Amino acid sequence: MAALESSRRVGTAVVSKLYPTRSHTGAAQGGIAAALANLEDDSWENHAYDTIKGGDFLVDQTAAEVLCREAVECIYDLEHMGLPFDRTADGRISQRRFGGHTKPNPIYDKNAAPGTEAAKPRIPVMRACHAADRTGHMILQTLYQQCIKQGVTFFDEFHMLDLIMVDGEARGIVAIEIATGQFHTFHAKSILLATGGFGRMFKVSSNAYALTGDGPAIAYRHGLPLEDLEFYQFHPTGIYRLGILLSEACRGDGGVMFNGKGERFMEKYAPNLKDLASRDVCSRSIYQEVRAGNGIGGKDYVYLDIRAETINKYKTSPTGETVDSAWVEKRLPDIIEFARTYLGVDPIREPMPIQPTAHYGMGGIPTDIHGRVIRDSHDTPVPGLYSAGESACVSVHGANRLGTNSLVDLVVFGRRSGRAMAEYAAGRKFEPLPPHPETPAKTMIDGLLSRSRTEPWVRIRDEMQTSMMDDCGVYRTEETLTRARDVLIKLKDRYRNLGVQDKGTVYNTGLLEVIELGCLLDIAQATVASALARQESRGGHSREDFPDRDDRQFFKHSLVYRDGENGTRMDYKDVDIITVEKDGRVTTKYPLEVRKY
Amino acid sequence: MLSQAELIDPQARTLTVRIKRYNPEVDEKPHWEEYKVEADGHDRVLDVIQKVKWEQDDTLSLRRSCAHGVCGSDAMRINGSNGLACKILVKNLRSDTLTLEPILGLPVLKDLIVDMKPFFDHYKSVMPFLVNDEQPPTAERLQSPAERARFDESTKCILCACCTTACPPFWGDRKYVGPAAIVNAHRFIFDSRDRGAAERLEILNDAEGVWRCRTVFNCTSACPRDIKVTQTISEVKRLLMTGNIDLDTAPSVVIGN
Ligand SMILES: Cc1cc2nc3c(=O)[nH]c(=O)nc-3n(C[C@H](O)[C@H](O)[C@H](O)COP(=O)(O)OP(=O)(O)OC[C@H]3O[C@@H](n4cnc5c(N)ncnc54)[C@H](O)[C@@H]3O)c2cc1C
Ligand code: SF4
Ligand code: SF4
Ligand code: FES
Repeated sequence: MAALESSRRVGTAVVSKLYPTRSHTGAAQGGIAAALANLEDDSWENHAYDTIKGGDFLVDQTAAEVLCREAVECIYDLEHMGLPFDRTADGRISQRRFGGHTKPNPIYDKNAAPGTEAAKPRIPVMRACHAADRTGHMILQTLYQQCIKQGVTFFDEFHMLDLIMVDGEARGIVAIEIATGQFHTFHAKSILLATGGFGRMFKVSSNAYALTGDGPAIAYRHGLPLEDLEFYQFHPTGIYRLGILLSEACRGDGGVMFNGKGERFMEKYAPNLKDLASRDVCSRSIYQEVRAGNGIGGKDYVYLDIRAETINKYKTSPTGETVDSAWVEKRLPDIIEFARTYLGVDPIREPMPIQPTAHYGMGGIPTDIHGRVIRDSHDTPVPGLYSAGESACVSVHGANRLGTNSLVDLVVFGRRSGRAMAEYAAGRKFEPLPPHPETPAKTMIDGLLSRSRTEPWVRIRDEMQTSMMDDCGVYRTEETLTRARDVLIKLKDRYRNLGVQDKGTVYNTGLLEVIELGCLLDIAQATVASALARQESRGGHSREDFPDRDDRQFFKHSLVYRDGENGTRMDYKDVDIITVEKDGRVTTKYPLEVRKY
Repeated sequence: MLSQAELIDPQARTLTVRIKRYNPEVDEKPHWEEYKVEADGHDRVLDVIQKVKWEQDDTLSLRRSCAHGVCGSDAMRINGSNGLACKILVKNLRSDTLTLEPILGLPVLKDLIVDMKPFFDHYKSVMPFLVNDEQPPTAERLQSPAERARFDESTKCILCACCTTACPPFWGDRKYVGPAAIVNAHRFIFDSRDRGAAERLEILNDAEGVWRCRTVFNCTSACPRDIKVTQTISEVKRLLMTGNIDLDTAPSVVIGN
């Protein structure tokens, strides 16, 4: 989106280690949020409220309002570009429900008997625009198609290794051409890092192999901070053992989760929204059930049931109407195919075994609402450097992202950063590069090629992933985090001695995997440090030793800086708050509240 | 209800994995190498290949990313037919020998990696983007569910090249645009919002266009997204023959599946 926008004005090139159509945005299933109100009343203000509450109030409020307001025109923009959204009977973009997306209940009565419809202050709303259950695929294809149409230059299968920074300014990047092993220096006036997520630091993840946090890791190594890394989202419904995602659309369309006793356990944890409570709440509930021995057969998984008879029994279809298997099949074709292929389970007839899977990093490279990377707690921008998408933290997701809010984040802030970086570049000339800017990257590669193989590098990766999953996962304590920190230091020592077996230059993918592992190790260390320092529980960060949210001490964003090889330094940044005047008094527009669903 | 045993599928097998290897820096021509791999029934073929790479021979090169059949990276010839390595499970393999080769018809760059440029060039040649210069409304353009359904099939394509590299006419003539490009042209030709159909049809009417297709169906059986590729091509052919671009009455020929 950024490239499309920026190429309208200035020469723009996209450097990507994958063919662009292979990016993981293509895996996004359920939808993209925008308050179009095509099927029922809704407003961007509702969306902004949900986003802020969903993020457990650690959301920058101006950014959230920008997101929700501009979401609407961005969706129309995508439609005009040709995105094949599903349609309503009258030809408009179809929308579905998703966890945490609500609107005020028109029949709410605070004196109503608990458990009745009228007792719920807010009710689910259909806000997720979708194209079957392959919305991300359609977004990725549409944007790539438009880039072809507009003649954007692509460097496909070029792997960025380093950023060129001079006097605190970004001036270019160094990349290796995977097909030839050649180094290339890209001299640029402005640079956007949009390298996606870093879920591969965990053992069970919905993320692609390529999601190794390269952008954030490289920025971190250049002394830039990373924001709110301790907030990592575990999606409740990953395919058991594989982590492949079964979209939240399953529950939006009426699917229900059951424990080993056949109980709809979400009734206990989120009496109002139940299975449609937000992701952190659902993932913790599954862990609680498993701990209490209520997993299926006492094991570490539960069931997700999308059979029509179940949806009908619990009256959970979006409109409350009776549905049949054909309807389910039409709404969730890809999900059903995943279950058939990878589980050997036919979800039309049987429930699917699921467990939480590492899914989304709320944190990342800190930016302002123009996508400019900032270097400190005073929001000082780094000239020439931008970031958007999952690698960035604006922050619109705070401590927990709502489903469908990532795709809209990348479109809205991708467009904004594209504009800002073009504007910046248009007014400037190329600043000189230092001599031999490729030297640090080349030294790193030469080291790996010259050393002999001490051990298979995957051992280090596996140990990192296990440690992060067990000790820095859904639940954490001082003890587990300290253990993870120590493990990571030892792994980094081993990493420094690694050599690779393949000494060639053509498609040396083994070499690149080792470099990616290095990025993950850095991000993992920064994550653990941020998690240790935050002695409270909020959103996706659950400290069993500090189970409550502590607004007095921790209503602030963390910034973690690298300090030496294994060290870290923490700093904090205020949460951006919008104030309003009400009856002559200045108050906050989104007052802090206890987050209940 | 499914039992625990079904889930974990303990049927571990020792597979003999034969991989066609080629490294342009040392080899004059491709050769076969064999590996033994312990695999579980629920392992994907991709997992098996990565076990080779990670545990035995790091010099083996392949493309992969999503590992669940949505990115289109790991198309290869698996026991003689095209497929995505991440979508085929070990328990579904008929024999204990697993034979892996790069897809055919595109230059091999290393091991299982082929040069995708000719494939993407064909894709780009059919104007794979919405063409419509009319001023759009402030909100969305309207499209009925039936109009949307008309091209649903061809929106599923992940550009993996399984179809094109299974197509005998493409092996014989690499200038043929190939099934994947036609699927992507279909995606727009049958979209009620698009205005570029005539131009695209002209491109496909060329000697290297749809008429190269001999309706061999290899592409349809190769497609990991279950797109009815041959039917899609036939719809474009029919449109060319009848000249009838009226989308509502566009023929929905059903050939085979
Ligand atoms: C299975 C799944 C389902 C999801 N479903 C939804 C949903 O329904 N709704 C929603 O809103 N969100 C969803 N999400 C989240 C959302 O899809 C992602 O957060 C988002 O797509 C990330 O997009 P991105 O552009 O930041 O990164 P990506 O799409 O991952 O792209 C990253 C790009 O960076 C390139 N890159 C990375 N490192 C380098 C390097 N070193 N050198 C060169 N290039 C590099 C890669 O080649 C790639 O092209 C889902 C996520 C997953 C995993
Ligand atoms: S049906 Fe046509 S395009 Fe498909 S494999 Fe056969 S000849 Fe090729
Ligand atoms: S039509 Fe099917 S086989 Fe061909 S490129 Fe698309 S997804 Fe792959
Ligand atoms: S790795 Fe993405 S399709 Fe197989």
